Amino acid sequence: MNNIIDKIEEANLIGRGGAGFPTARKWRMVKEAEGSPKYVVSNASEGELGLHKDIHILKKYPEMVFKGMVLAMDYIGTKEAYFNFNEKYYLLVKWKIRRLIKKYNKLGYNFTVYQEHPSYIGGEETALLNAIEGKKVQPRSKPPYPVVCGLFCKPTIINNIETFFNVAQVAEGKYEKKRFCCINGPVRKPGVYHVPEDMKLDEVLKSTKNWPKFKFFVQVGGSSSGPVYHYNQLHKQILSGAGSLEVYPATTTPREILTKWFKFYAEESCGKCTPCREGSYQLYELIKKSGAIKWKEIMQIVETMEKTSFCGLGYSIGKPVKSYLKNVLKKKI
Amino acid sequence: MKKIQIKIDGKKILCNPEQSVLQVAIDNKIDIPHFCYHEDLPIDAHCRACLVEVNKKVVTSCNLKVESGLSVLTDSPKVRKLRNENLELLLADHKKLCKNCKVGYYCKTAALMRKYRISGTKYHRKPINKPVHKLGCAAEFDPQACISCGKCVEMCEKIGIGFLKLEGKGADSHLTYNCDPEVDCIYCGQCTVHCPVAAVHEQNEIKDVEAALRDKDKIVIAQMAPSVRASIGEEFGLEPGSNMEAQMYTALRKLGFDYIFDVNMGADITTYVEATELAERIKKGGVLPMFTSCCPGWVKYAEFYHPEILPNLTTSRSPQIHSGGAYKTWWAKKMKIKPKKIVVVSFMPCTSKKYEAKFEKLKIKGMFPVDHVLTTRETASLLKKRKIDLPNLEPGKVDSYGEYSGAAAIYGASGGVMESALRSAYFFITGKELKEVKFKEVRGMKYVKEAKIRIGRKVINVAVCAMAKNAGNLIEEVKKHPNKYHYIEVMACPGGCIGGGGQPIPSTERIIAERIKALYKIDNKCKVRKAHLNPVVQDFFDNYIAKISKRKASKILHTSYKKKKKFE
Repeated sequence: MNNIIDKIEEANLIGRGGAGFPTARKWRMVKEAEGSPKYVVSNASEGELGLHKDIHILKKYPEMVFKGMVLAMDYIGTKEAYFNFNEKYYLLVKWKIRRLIKKYNKLGYNFTVYQEHPSYIGGEETALLNAIEGKKVQPRSKPPYPVVCGLFCKPTIINNIETFFNVAQVAEGKYEKKRFCCINGPVRKPGVYHVPEDMKLDEVLKSTKNWPKFKFFVQVGGSSSGPVYHYNQLHKQILSGAGSLEVYPATTTPREILTKWFKFYAEESCGKCTPCREGSYQLYELIKKSGAIKWKEIMQIVETMEKTSFCGLGYSIGKPVKSYLKNVLKKKI
Repeated sequence: MKKIQIKIDGKKILCNPEQSVLQVAIDNKIDIPHFCYHEDLPIDAHCRACLVEVNKKVVTSCNLKVESGLSVLTDSPKVRKLRNENLELLLADHKKLCKNCKVGYYCKTAALMRKYRISGTKYHRKPINKPVHKLGCAAEFDPQACISCGKCVEMCEKIGIGFLKLEGKGADSHLTYNCDPEVDCIYCGQCTVHCPVAAVHEQNEIKDVEAALRDKDKIVIAQMAPSVRASIGEEFGLEPGSNMEAQMYTALRKLGFDYIFDVNMGADITTYVEATELAERIKKGGVLPMFTSCCPGWVKYAEFYHPEILPNLTTSRSPQIHSGGAYKTWWAKKMKIKPKKIVVVSFMPCTSKKYEAKFEKLKIKGMFPVDHVLTTRETASLLKKRKIDLPNLEPGKVDSYGEYSGAAAIYGASGGVMESALRSAYFFITGKELKEVKFKEVRGMKYVKEAKIRIGRKVINVAVCAMAKNAGNLIEEVKKHPNKYHYIEVMACPGGCIGGGGQPIPSTERIIAERIKALYKIDNKCKVRKAHLNPVVQDFFDNYIAKISKRKASKILHTSYKKKKKFE
């Protein structure tokens, strides 16, 4: 399987954790980096709202995930891998996983299971590495990047479960440029679908028989950090981020949706940097207050979080709020 | 190294290519507010206050490496807007929570808020609902006032203790302590000197001192530690290493102290006692290596973590306790003053000296040798409150019973106690006076220093170490090779007392090195450079200690140690 890296490159695989980094490039960087042992880490954290494709894959195709991880291990020349599980997920699939770990153990591959307390920051790869190392679950300064100084400061491939699944598909020649889509909200058939990655969102909803009869708007890629679109914009959009598609009835009030987001950010901020730690708390406090929504105050914090937060968790808040204002409320602050 | 040029606010600056923009700004006295940056500790980049604009983008300057031709703006409209919002978030409720602001003392954070027009009232902190935690009677922290910069935690770890930690997610993040029964605070106060907002601070005794000064029945004595004179100028904007000794004597008189003495005199007594003991242990085959014991942080470390080493500690009391005790006995008798009327106030670079001053075991005739201890920072607060402009005072002189030798002056620097003791031990062992008094091998900022010293026909091996972590390693070494050393000096803080927990903020290793230079300069200028030749000390030993019973003398000169429990 020496040509796996070429196959991945040819298939244009990108990471499915949300950031969309080219997989072949990441793997090459780890292979070229100095240090031993190197590590492969698979991430099934899924701390973002609206996502449940990792558990879907783990339940249905655990062999494929292992296959993808082993391909990565062989490629960078290591026998060491870590499985990061959202602890709720591990309970659901541990029998299958244990059986597969045993199987690969006999072939000389070591898999260590790490169960994380479900959190959004666990999806930030350096925070995840800190968690596995037993340190405070907070993101690290980058550089150095994990490809050079990852787990225990050794070169490390960290990929999402779906990425490893795709790698296995590529190896088997079955990859069809599809991705998993989690459809949520008051639709007829919510669930996980495997759809062509360039399919327009209106098509996604229609082909899965989920196009609502009511007026609506959607949030794409993650139901806290993803952008928001009006239903009449969907013919121009494809699935992005980590692969969720949440439908909100047009009757959803600004307070309802902002409360959902701000509560999430306030609860999930790891506490490391000022704008995210204090800003998310103040946002939640502002939206809890009765009376008219204080848009000006809110946007000042949102902008500060977006432009000065330490990691992606904090600066992602600008996307949903700003796109909601622009695409749905059609409002300028 | 080849220097490179960058521009800060249009001003061309040459700098070292390894530096960050923030460090260059600090070195060039360009003000960029920052709370989680300290040049001796890891760069965390999480307070997000040190924002600058580069190519129309706003970034943090603490982790922005300089490169040739880089041009940054520290106060552009974009920077101002984002920085001020972060400062409002970070410093929410500061004035309500800060121990200095609450009582109207000078506060650097409040000054920064005025400068950048931060109200501190735009937002309110999330209630943490945890009480103030006392670190013995030395320091304390308020979880509600903590801004999660993490510097105290990193410093506690660096010292080798790991007592403090941050806990809680999001806005619940706050300072707390390690519940492990095997881990305890040694009261060194390094947390307090690394806290940018005084959420961790010394337990304040300014009010007690003011009350004593007002009390007409009391005779109030001021005694200043070696290190304070070399650092307090920083609180008044002077360069590190400015010697404020003469101005401090005047300032203390202005504050209303009846007598101005000096802990340096006490340091000469300590050297005398300790060198005598060292000479005896070496001559008579006592427990070796002998460890110093004048640092209460180190003593607490030994008593809690390594009780097996306690027989090795010198039984000598520490300088402030020696001089305090001498003034309340020998001097009081000389002056025909009732000892109970005397209040001794120490000015120390240290928080654990507050803890030491309250040891029951040190009492003489039911009296504490020292009644109150103010840190360098508290001293500056008191002076500022009384509008005493220290740098511009007329130089003053110490009262005659506070005179000291050069050996005492260097007590503040790591290696200083060792050097002082060697100068006298040489005489006690050989009967001859040492000609060259400098022991350069034990000087400097290195955490562990070793030297072989020839005393007469004998070579004695010494080690000097700073910070508990290194003391732990040395103790292990001693256990493995019991005959390797004869004498070991340990100080809990980096650089010794001069880098102590009560010193001005910021206290960095570069600043500490400048302060140390000031101490050695004082030594160089002293006519008497050996403790046992200080006439005040000779008078004390020859005309007082020699004439009282051994038991009584021991109560003034010696102490004892025991294994300690957590929080004891």
